[in-house]
Amino acid sequence: MSERLRTDALHLGVIALLVVLFLTLPTYYAGNLSRIMVLAIYAIGYNLLFGYTGLLSLGHAMFFAAGMYGYGLTAQLAGWPALPAFALGILAGAALGLVVGALALRTAGVAFMIVTLMFAQSAYLTILYFGTWTRGDEGFVVPGVARVVLGIDLSGETERFVAALILFSLVLLVSGRLVRSRLGRTLVAIRENEERTRMLGYDATRLKLIAITVSAALSGLAGAAYALLFGYVGASFAAVPYSIFPLLWVLLGGAGTTVGPLIGVFFMFYLIDTASGITLAYMLIAGLALVLLTLFAPQGIAGLVRRRVRWLP
Amino acid sequence: MTTMPKIDRRSALLGLGASAGALAVGTRFTHAQSTAPIRIGFQKHATGIGAAYGRWYDATTQAAVARINEMGGINGRPVEIITEDDGTDPKRGAEVLEKFASQHECDVAFGTLYSHVVIGSAPRAGELKLPYFVVSEGHHVASGMLNRYTLQPGITDVKSQVQSMAPFVGANLGKKVAMIYPDFAFGHDHRDYFSAAIEAEGGEVVAKIAIPPTETSFTRYFPQIPRETEVVYHVMVGPAVLTFVKEMGEFFGPSRPEIFGFIDSLEAVAIDSPGLEFLEGTYFWEGNPRYAQENQTEWDAAYRDAVGVDETGASVDDARDVSTYAHMFGCWETLNVIKAGMEASGYQGPADRPALIEAVEAMSEMPEGMDHPQGPKLFNGRTHQVFGQQFISQVRDGKLVVAHTASIEDGMYEDEVDYTMQPF
Repeated sequence: MSERLRTDALHLGVIALLVVLFLTLPTYYAGNLSRIMVLAIYAIGYNLLFGYTGLLSLGHAMFFAAGMYGYGLTAQLAGWPALPAFALGILAGAALGLVVGALALRTAGVAFMIVTLMFAQSAYLTILYFGTWTRGDEGFVVPGVARVVLGIDLSGETERFVAALILFSLVLLVSGRLVRSRLGRTLVAIRENEERTRMLGYDATRLKLIAITVSAALSGLAGAAYALLFGYVGASFAAVPYSIFPLLWVLLGGAGTTVGPLIGVFFMFYLIDTASGITLAYMLIAGLALVLLTLFAPQGIAGLVRRRVRWLP
Repeated sequence: MTTMPKIDRRSALLGLGASAGALAVGTRFTHAQSTAPIRIGFQKHATGIGAAYGRWYDATTQAAVARINEMGGINGRPVEIITEDDGTDPKRGAEVLEKFASQHECDVAFGTLYSHVVIGSAPRAGELKLPYFVVSEGHHVASGMLNRYTLQPGITDVKSQVQSMAPFVGANLGKKVAMIYPDFAFGHDHRDYFSAAIEAEGGEVVAKIAIPPTETSFTRYFPQIPRETEVVYHVMVGPAVLTFVKEMGEFFGPSRPEIFGFIDSLEAVAIDSPGLEFLEGTYFWEGNPRYAQENQTEWDAAYRDAVGVDETGASVDDARDVSTYAHMFGCWETLNVIKAGMEASGYQGPADRPALIEAVEAMSEMPEGMDHPQGPKLFNGRTHQVFGQQFISQVRDGKLVVAHTASIEDGMYEDEVDYTMQPF
């Protein structure tokens, strides 16, 4: 079996597994799958930049929020139907990624991290500043009519799952193809040795800008999807923790692997969910687990698997 | 727009088997349900910015449930509180509601304070068909933003609170008001509602000074207060309030205008803390007077005793552990409303949730007593919002002494929604 076929088969297997889990798990756990898939889209977007291109952003929450507010505000204030508003959310993420990328890519390394963090903080404060329209820190509930797509109300459990599954599957399959494409391999080359890539004649700055824009578009898609499927838009999603989460998910799951982001979100979600039932200091348990994982599996869970299964994409 | 009916998960696969199983165990389940505890999911701010409130909301909740159980529970069934930490985060808040509905099989959810957690969770409450009783004081319920499954029957909202302060401020403190408020939604609510209310009293807001939420020093904002100002109205939520008060004292010195504020900033903070001396003689809104007053009711005394709070509003076990007394009564009273609603509707299980909501919507006057120790209430079933009296206290000798009690009518306003028109 070719590498491409094996990769597609793996991804289709993951999608099939999600369907099986939805049909067989108890209601609570089945319901969590929708949220996990939406957050996994966000993590896949982050992974494209961090795991494959080697750029560590500390400001991705602004792209997630751009999608969320791009969708939510047009639905709330302009009364746009779900699909055009959703498309605008993705566009908002991509546009912000293009602008921030064009400015932030003048820096590298630690400076890039700080610049993206500062941009994200500015975006967060901008949302608060325009509180008349955004309702600031409180946020707002998405109008019910803007959660109906092609006559289907996505606030239902099964409908929400199917919508999340479609979005996640598309992103997983497309990103799987993307990272094995000429563009994807060039991004990996930049990650491994940017100077050498430049010497080979590639315009590394332009390619990194493309990576940021695509990564931001996927993050925006996730933000818009969260608002569409869960009915809430709020500034807390633009705050610093939501820039750190995708980094943790990707590190846990396995940076530079296609299934790592989903594994990372899954692991982190249930780590917090389970630990919070045991102690109030559940973030301490989460932190301890992260330290242990970093010590004993620095390449993440999927990275650990890749040691044995070399072809794991 | 016509929407397709919602699809029941796995019904196509499991419907027949589940129906057969339910028939087989039906009798036993009915019997078990009649004696099983009523499960109330408590969405607690155990961590995050709301933790100080969450701890006291918890203490009040446990005390109220202990009393309800001592009285025989609800419909002959004991009440059990299922607590989950929401981290004062709207995303986690929504997840916690899902846990209550699907994992813990709670009958209702209850107890949320912070508005962003309420607004982030309420859509899920509506989708899960889980009655969601919030203790938030936000205007989000009565504004019509939420849904039929979300109710606030135990504490007044910010619009009502602010509106009822204006007559006292205008008549006793001054007509020209400079407002200092945090530059986020809670502050904007104060700005908008108070501006309208003081104008109705013949006064005016001469300055609206919004403080960015990341600010740690306030000295550059005080010069923006016009010289003509007669009253400074402040509501600063967050840990920077101590710095705010200290710097305000340094700015004004001994010749200050009248000062009126909301106690929200100083909940769980001793009013005689070092650095707060400047507040002597100033006024505060209180939802419930922290210090036991000379005319303390027997209900307040019994409530304090049950919750474990002394006459200064601090824990009976630790005088430095000051409670969130102005707000936490809402948990006590909300639980009693849930009890009354379940008894009125003959609540037996989740199938009776719509009947429970209708029973609460049918409520109107709630007399002062052990179920409502803060004072009498008037519930509006259309807006799902309760109205009650408010207190204005003055700091005298380092204590909060009630100077005025605003009536229920002072806080009433026109309906902005009729939730009873929404289907279940």
